[in-house]
Amino acid sequence: MDLQQRYRLHPQVALRPEPFGALAYHFGNRRLSFLRSPEILAVVEGLDDATSVAAALEAAEIDAGRWAAFERALATLEESEMIIAVAGESGCAA
Amino acid sequence: MPLDVAAPVGRVTKGETLVDQMRAGLDAPICLTWELTYACNLACVHCLSSSGRRDPRELSTHECFAVVDQLRDMQVFYVNIGGGEPMLRRDFFDVVEYATTNQVGVKFSTNGTYLDPAAARRLAALDYLDVQISLDGATAEVNDAVRGDGSFRAAIAAMDHLAGAGVGPFKISLVVTRHNVDQLDGYVALADRYGAQLRVTRLRPSGRGVGSWHDLHPTQAQQRQLYRWLLDRPNVLTGDSFFHLSALGDPLPGLNLCGAGRVVCLIDPVGDVYACPFVIHDEFRAGSVRDDGGFAAVWRRSELFSSLREPDSPGACASCGSYDSCQGGCMAAKFFVGLDLSDPDPECVHDHAAPLLAAVAPGSTPQSSPDHSRRAAAGVPVTLRRSGTAVRSR
Repeated sequence: MDLQQRYRLHPQVALRPEPFGALAYHFGNRRLSFLRSPEILAVVEGLDDATSVAAALEAAEIDAGRWAAFERALATLEESEMIIAVAGESGCAA
Repeated sequence: MPLDVAAPVGRVTKGETLVDQMRAGLDAPICLTWELTYACNLACVHCLSSSGRRDPRELSTHECFAVVDQLRDMQVFYVNIGGGEPMLRRDFFDVVEYATTNQVGVKFSTNGTYLDPAAARRLAALDYLDVQISLDGATAEVNDAVRGDGSFRAAIAAMDHLAGAGVGPFKISLVVTRHNVDQLDGYVALADRYGAQLRVTRLRPSGRGVGSWHDLHPTQAQQRQLYRWLLDRPNVLTGDSFFHLSALGDPLPGLNLCGAGRVVCLIDPVGDVYACPFVIHDEFRAGSVRDDGGFAAVWRRSELFSSLREPDSPGACASCGSYDSCQGGCMAAKFFVGLDLSDPDPECVHDHAAPLLAAVAPGSTPQSSPDHSRRAAAGVPVTLRRSGTAVRSR
């Protein structure tokens, strides 16, 4: 996953907050995922307003030492199309 | 339980396991089964809701819409609609369309009898709807012995109509019996022919299954065969229903827990809420959507569901090394064969239930309640038609 890439929640995905984080359901591919902490939920919810994954992690105040774990979780969500890269946009752009 | 889950997303914090949190129950079910009618044109010998006759108290269209409104507000992502034969309801499409346009996805099970080309075209036009055709044998001989004469032909015709209307990938759903377990590869071939997905679930001794389970459930050797077959095919959906087989070794894909009253439940045609689709019995009735506060109040406050969310006691399984894998098995299966809920599953792969089953007094097992079997069939012991001995009455 390119941390400088901009991502957003797939428009057909619904998030349902739960004590452990959230459930995510994709109405298109019918997949269900578990977001296993309130922090990963905050990062995912922040994607739409962030210019890059890195910016979303910063906005959610995730310590840089833990970014790798979050990157893996986000990559899993990308595999199931819960989150999608925004084509042609990158936080690197001047 | 009727839950097919994609791989959970990676954990980023340590703590309670996901399964621990599921056991304690969620604020709303992830999904639930909603049986729209007890009416059915078939009389399958293992019907878990003992369906046949419509119940005059079944929910009105307006009441069904009100249930959908609550499910939408609770963010229940989808419902598994069944019956009975749900397409026998005149407002079937009205209810389904109301749900799918209100962010409540629908997966519906049908025997296919009423799925003509026009119905298939109407289904194809709906977003967020999945169709599941029930077929309990890969051949007419095996299927019709359980589901009735002509039911195989009707299901195949329905699949042809779905394919013709371009509905997209639908599901073929089978309950594993000792007669179809050797046909699983045949099912794969059938599914491949239609681009369909296979869904394989466990036979329970519920409903009319009380009478047929002993003749139909897979043998121990067949259970081991099924376990290996499923392990090799992680893409076959199971509704998480075979977690008792995980005691054989590596766990099968899924949450591997009983979700009854914790993450799933059942709404029956008259609005009664039960812990799961396999326990339509007064002992597992949590309330009704017609009660004050509707479904949400039943889910959140019923005494039954609160007790099901308490930590499990391993009971008689405490000394067994496999308890962590199988969780003692299926509550419904134990109940309807006359075992205690703290006993091992009647299909315990280590045979720990065998002596207990032998000690159950004949006639002491719970009967299905309510029973909507058609009167001609009600109360008559179920006998399986053996191949070659069918008598066609004229």
